[in-house]
Amino acid sequence: MPENTPLLSVRDLSKTYQGASGPVEAIGSISFDVRPGELVCIVGPSGCGKTTLLKCLAGLLPPTAGSVTLDGAAVTAPPKKMALVFQEYGRSLYPWLTVRDNVGLPLKARGVPKAERRAVIERAVEEVGLAHALDTYPWQLSGGMQQRVAIARAVAYSPEILVMDEPFAAVDAQTRADLEDLVRRVWQDLGVTVLFVTHDIDESVYLGERVLMLSSSPTFVQQDLAIDLPAERDQLTTRALPRFTELRTHVYEQIQRAKRGEAVASN
Amino acid sequence: MAAGPAPARPTSARPMSAVRRALASLGYAVGLPVLLVVAWALATRGTTNLYYPPPSRVLTAFVSTWLSPDTLVRDVLPSLGRFAVGVLLSIVIGVVVGTAIGATPWLRALLEPMLEFFRAIPPVVLVPVLMLLLGIDDTMKLAVIVSGSVWPVLLNTIEGVRGTDPVLVDTSRSYRVRGLLAYRYVVLPAASPQIMAGVRLALSIGLILMVISEMFASSSGLGYQIVYFQRQYMVAEMWSGILLLGLVGVAVAAVFQLVERRVLHWYHGSREVARA
Amino acid sequence: MQQIDTVTGPGPGDVAPGARSGAGARAGGRAGGRRGVAPRAGGTAVLGTLGVAGFALTWELVAWAEVVNPAYLPRFSTTAARLVTELGEPRFWSALGDTVVTWALGLGIAVVAAVVAGAVIGLVPFLRRATHSTVEFLRPIPSVAIIPLAVLVAGLSREAALVIVVYAPFWQVFIQVLYGVGDVDTVADDTARSFGLGRLQRLRHVVLPTALPYVITGFRLAASIALVLTITAELVIGNPGIGRQIDVYRSAPDAPGLYALVLVTGLLGLLVNLVTRLVERRVLHWHPSVRREGVA
Repeated sequence: MPENTPLLSVRDLSKTYQGASGPVEAIGSISFDVRPGELVCIVGPSGCGKTTLLKCLAGLLPPTAGSVTLDGAAVTAPPKKMALVFQEYGRSLYPWLTVRDNVGLPLKARGVPKAERRAVIERAVEEVGLAHALDTYPWQLSGGMQQRVAIARAVAYSPEILVMDEPFAAVDAQTRADLEDLVRRVWQDLGVTVLFVTHDIDESVYLGERVLMLSSSPTFVQQDLAIDLPAERDQLTTRALPRFTELRTHVYEQIQRAKRGEAVASN
Repeated sequence: MAAGPAPARPTSARPMSAVRRALASLGYAVGLPVLLVVAWALATRGTTNLYYPPPSRVLTAFVSTWLSPDTLVRDVLPSLGRFAVGVLLSIVIGVVVGTAIGATPWLRALLEPMLEFFRAIPPVVLVPVLMLLLGIDDTMKLAVIVSGSVWPVLLNTIEGVRGTDPVLVDTSRSYRVRGLLAYRYVVLPAASPQIMAGVRLALSIGLILMVISEMFASSSGLGYQIVYFQRQYMVAEMWSGILLLGLVGVAVAAVFQLVERRVLHWYHGSREVARA
Repeated sequence: MQQIDTVTGPGPGDVAPGARSGAGARAGGRAGGRRGVAPRAGGTAVLGTLGVAGFALTWELVAWAEVVNPAYLPRFSTTAARLVTELGEPRFWSALGDTVVTWALGLGIAVVAAVVAGAVIGLVPFLRRATHSTVEFLRPIPSVAIIPLAVLVAGLSREAALVIVVYAPFWQVFIQVLYGVGDVDTVADDTARSFGLGRLQRLRHVVLPTALPYVITGFRLAASIALVLTITAELVIGNPGIGRQIDVYRSAPDAPGLYALVLVTGLLGLLVNLVTRLVERRVLHWHPSVRREGVA
């Protein structure tokens, strides 16, 4: 990339809710950048506001303070260049539409003509390995396959940044491994920027070029870690590397400290 | 882990051929009704009970009364026509207005108590009111049907639209599916199970009101005819009228079932999967 | 600006991180005009009251503007005043009493008959299958279709009205009982049987708790239907009650009285809804799983 300007820029993002017993600070202050083409993972202890952060990034929730900038423009509503993949795939796919129509709906909303739509859909579905399921309904498919449909939908949307909110949390371990590799493949094939939120530490190290570790509430970025594992990764060998173990141990320790509230602020 | 032979699956007992199964279903379906009709025929054989004519007479009365082109054109078809138009109108009004209200929280809060009140009013009670306001013509009869059947559709639509899964809403928003497209592909289908339940109620209420609106000041129609027969002590004809209404009710329910199964096939499918 | 850390071998070497500024609750720009901002609980009540007031006002204005002949559409104020007067009339209370008695009788008969019939048929698979077609034929017959028959046989009396009032609610509860009894978890039933519970005990400890939510919901729906049919019967057949009073006022014609009684029926309906919902909540409060209505 000629410029080193970030694609996504988050500055001092903060979100406070009105809780039942007074204000709840879901996010204290979060700042980070994501450069074009990066695969960044976000990990944090449960309850640290990961989903809230994602909703703010996606323009679904207005932050209490701070800013989110995508490609130079401030994010105040769901941006055109961002595609989301949710954790609850069952509730995120439309049960009354076939896989084909599910993947194609955002394109239809964008005004893409039918013939082109068809081609894009078929390419996207091919990419995730579900070409045979084009005319089935999501609920006829297994959990892993449903999540693939969600990914296909995001891919078809041709976003500049793909944001995934713990997408494999509700999927069994074997399927999760396949899907992780799918994400890396999609990322490499399409050159799309990926922001991947997860609670699974191993997954974050396996997938990411960088791992952002969040503290517990009030949330801030505790550490921003570069993952210097080789670019070609696979489930067996990469996870057996000593470097992998070092990195994951480090992340694990950070998260444990976050849970204990021991993160130290330094300005 | 011991690797013994896999446990034997229980075999189904005495596999019945498809034909036997079909015959059994048929038997169950017609068994009791036939029994009842036969019992009725036997009980009324030879007696001259005024109120309970033998089934054969009811059947002849049925054919001669309702299947004659005269009655068909003058009473049956207009009645059913009003019923159909009335319910259709109720559905359209209910869905359109219901969506608008369901999607606007403050509007919902504003109107909810009044709507609940209107729904609680027994529809029949509005007949005298509508008679005062609209006289006793076709418009009044149509208004009666709509005034009663619109509520289940309206209230169910509001409920259905309001209860759209927030994950689905977020998904649609994030993919910028908005406006009419969102309505057609997200909001309406999501609310359709609730709406269909409302339509079912609207159908039964509409049928009742069709009959009632004609039992009052009217000079034609199914309801009117049945009351006429009762007043004239044409008992067999009266029974045949009741039989006809029963058949209409069954037919309407059956048609609804078919439509519902088609429209909500995805809903039934996904629930079956979830249950398994 | 942004610090990206690298881990330098085994050892904690961490530095804490980027930008943590003194984050307190920032009262910064809250984006207004979010889609679908729901009013808070107090606001809902206020809006609701506003809606009622708005309705009354609209009625008053339309009637005052004499869009329709005032003899046919009295003003809201006139109607409200008339309602108050009616409440002082003994004939109103006697009519109300008649309606309530008919309703209670009809509902009671329907519920008892439906529970008994539903339980017996529901528990015997053969009976279930044998009666299915008959039930599905009789069920959709509108109660009002039976009115002429009832009148023929029993004259213009409360007995005739009761036939109507019982018919539809009976089916409503019957179907619910069937579903409830049919919903018994076979595993639970088998467990009970393996513990040596006899038929009667299983009925009490397995079937009853399973079926209860269905029955209560059916009861709630039946109560409303029964009220509607009671008033319908009184209007059409003419046995004493609010419905008949409405017809009397209609033929007078006494528009304020008519409209006032229409309001009364609405309020009555709301009351029945409220009471049955409270009963439902109370009875099912102890029940771990609360089933939804709207089966079939």
